[in-house]
Amino acid sequence: MMAGEGSSDQLIVQFVDPDGAANGPQVDLSMETTKDQLEQLLNELLSNEEKQPYSFTLDDNTVEISTTLRESFAQLKGHAGSSERVLRITYHPLAAFRVRPVTRCTASLEGHTEAVLCVSFSPDGRSLASGSGDTTVRLWDLATELPGATCKGHTNWVLCVAWSPDATKVASAGMDHSVRVWERPKGTPVGVPLRGHSGPVTCVVWEPLHLVGRSSDTDASRTVPRLASASKDCTIRVWDIVLGTTLICLSGHSAAVTQIRWSGESEGLVYSASRDRSVKVWNPDNGKMTKELKGHAHWVNTLALNTEHVLRSGPFDPQNPQSFSPFDAMRSAAQSRYDEGVKACGGERLLSGSDDFTMFLWQPGESRKPICRMTGHQKVVNHVSFSPDGRFIASASFDKSIRLWDGKTGKFIATLRGHVGDVYQVCWSADSRMLVSGSKDSTVKVWDILKRKLREDLPGHADEVYAVDWSPDGARVASGSKDRILKIWRH
Amino acid sequence: MPQNEYIEQHRKRFGYRLDHFEKKRKKEGREPHKKSQIAQRLRDIKAKLYNRKRYAEKVQMKKTLKMHEEKDAKQKEEKVPEGAIPAYLLDRENISRTKVLSNMIKQKRKEKAGKWQVPIPKVKALSEDEMFKIMRSGKRKKKMWKRVINKACYVGEEFTRKPPKYERYIRPSGLRYKKAHVTHPDLKTTFQLDIVGVKKNPQSHLYTSLGVITKGAIIEVNVSDLGLVTQTGKVVWAKYAQVTNNPELDGCINAVLLV
Repeated sequence: MMAGEGSSDQLIVQFVDPDGAANGPQVDLSMETTKDQLEQLLNELLSNEEKQPYSFTLDDNTVEISTTLRESFAQLKGHAGSSERVLRITYHPLAAFRVRPVTRCTASLEGHTEAVLCVSFSPDGRSLASGSGDTTVRLWDLATELPGATCKGHTNWVLCVAWSPDATKVASAGMDHSVRVWERPKGTPVGVPLRGHSGPVTCVVWEPLHLVGRSSDTDASRTVPRLASASKDCTIRVWDIVLGTTLICLSGHSAAVTQIRWSGESEGLVYSASRDRSVKVWNPDNGKMTKELKGHAHWVNTLALNTEHVLRSGPFDPQNPQSFSPFDAMRSAAQSRYDEGVKACGGERLLSGSDDFTMFLWQPGESRKPICRMTGHQKVVNHVSFSPDGRFIASASFDKSIRLWDGKTGKFIATLRGHVGDVYQVCWSADSRMLVSGSKDSTVKVWDILKRKLREDLPGHADEVYAVDWSPDGARVASGSKDRILKIWRH
Repeated sequence: MPQNEYIEQHRKRFGYRLDHFEKKRKKEGREPHKKSQIAQRLRDIKAKLYNRKRYAEKVQMKKTLKMHEEKDAKQKEEKVPEGAIPAYLLDRENISRTKVLSNMIKQKRKEKAGKWQVPIPKVKALSEDEMFKIMRSGKRKKKMWKRVINKACYVGEEFTRKPPKYERYIRPSGLRYKKAHVTHPDLKTTFQLDIVGVKKNPQSHLYTSLGVITKGAIIEVNVSDLGLVTQTGKVVWAKYAQVTNNPELDGCINAVLLV
């Protein structure tokens, strides 16, 4: 390809897959080779039948090739920048589908009479739930972008809502110490309110769908996932929502539990982050603490799993929407999606962000030592999130910046600046090419990850944006704000 | 007229009459009948006054009864506290409530109407001789076209005095101010902020252009330190505030931020 010109314009290039194994022969390329040409070449080398989009990085994923080889090569420093060595280009397969960036507000949904504290799209992307300081949970109809149902029952602020992975129920919890479950579409309460906590509930999560009723379980015929809730009374409770009882109470933390995650691994462990500076790993079947991950020097605020996107969307694949009739079909679909997801991101990893301005990347299945400590933020890290393909980590901090890190090694990649207030939450698009963030400065911003630039600035809220969510099918972004309005943004 | 407390003294010595409490109860019981008889008998202004008094008494009684009822009834429903915050902001004391709804639209609408809903809507008019002192000039001090301003002023950084021949208005440096104590009405906190300019002096257009700061004047202050943000997410640099004191008398400028 492109033979001719002077020798300094030539590079010997080796393509490397994301795991670091060389793939294909070494190739002699011109410096002027563009990204599109690289992509074409790689598709031929790998003899892909359908053309697959890739992104290319140099030098341990620090430099991204955005236009031509020459431009990126110039950014390399030291030994890596010598043209006498074989240049190793790592390629990362990108999602074959593209999510279009959201650019405009299609609906301002009024109804809440207090600040909107949490929003969540259902796994199938057909409805939206929001919890508010006016003690109600509201379900919204996304086809018409109109109010669907109002779930009244809580007696204090609703702090968190979570959709069950089968998209039929939504769990909510808040300051009134109770956890309630509602059914779509009417918003009818399921069972009795789950009472037992003696403090505000900060987080609820559902059991991953593919783990429901597995053989090692005590009750193998179960078809309803269990629910776990974390509270400021230092405990985590696992609930059976059909009977409305506590199955097990996990106590061991000595301060408020801030976040929990339910692992999708076959053991089905529960990870919990607490203000007592530790992250703990629990077995929800027998209530034993299996591991304690120590390292943080201050409150642990947030947890993220690299499989979170698959776990959340359960059996629903946004590319081919389908409905599942028997429960087993749904579970096997969820299982296959999960296996695919884990394979893509190479094992389950956990990320915790803390008040000590750092984050830790853990591999709880392997060891209790962290893979990496990620420093760089200048203020409290409030929210972290893995990209759906597990390649990136985005962290939102009160220092007004969002930082981008490598999802496998935890290496720093870039800082996204633009907000003028604390960044509260971030959310990835399903194709991992974009990121949306909500901030105290009352704007929602969409970031382009490959270019590491601001893609869209979405003003419109009159006050702090407390919650953002990107629907699993990528069509909509919802943001909830202190000005009591829920906004829906679309392309 | 009875002399001394002879009834109390007798009671102390010999106790109450045996039927004292019975009689007292009965008398109290007859009281409403008696009052109504009086009310029926009275005429003219006396009747009016009496009825007014009885009406007031009844209202008071009803109020008291209602208050007692409320006190006795158990207060069941707990009030949901206002100012809901998400779970990740709970217990963060350093969250400053400095951020307020920056109602850009409302403010713009007001600006269009040319009206300010200000804390001090009307000010006392100041006469010319209160505002200015005539300065005599010339060799024989018989020219009287110079004026010295008696009130506090804001003078911009870049201002240089004109030559004496052209200087009609003199702003004494002792009455010049650069900073104001500005109170945020919602937060009930006060900040010392730099003055950026005088937006409007209600007394006259001339005083506005001279930068005279009197009670009720609208000044522009630098609020960049407060971290206020507009709806579009830009930092607000300056905001208007209204002066609430008489700076020339107090030696400082106090103002309320116009939100």
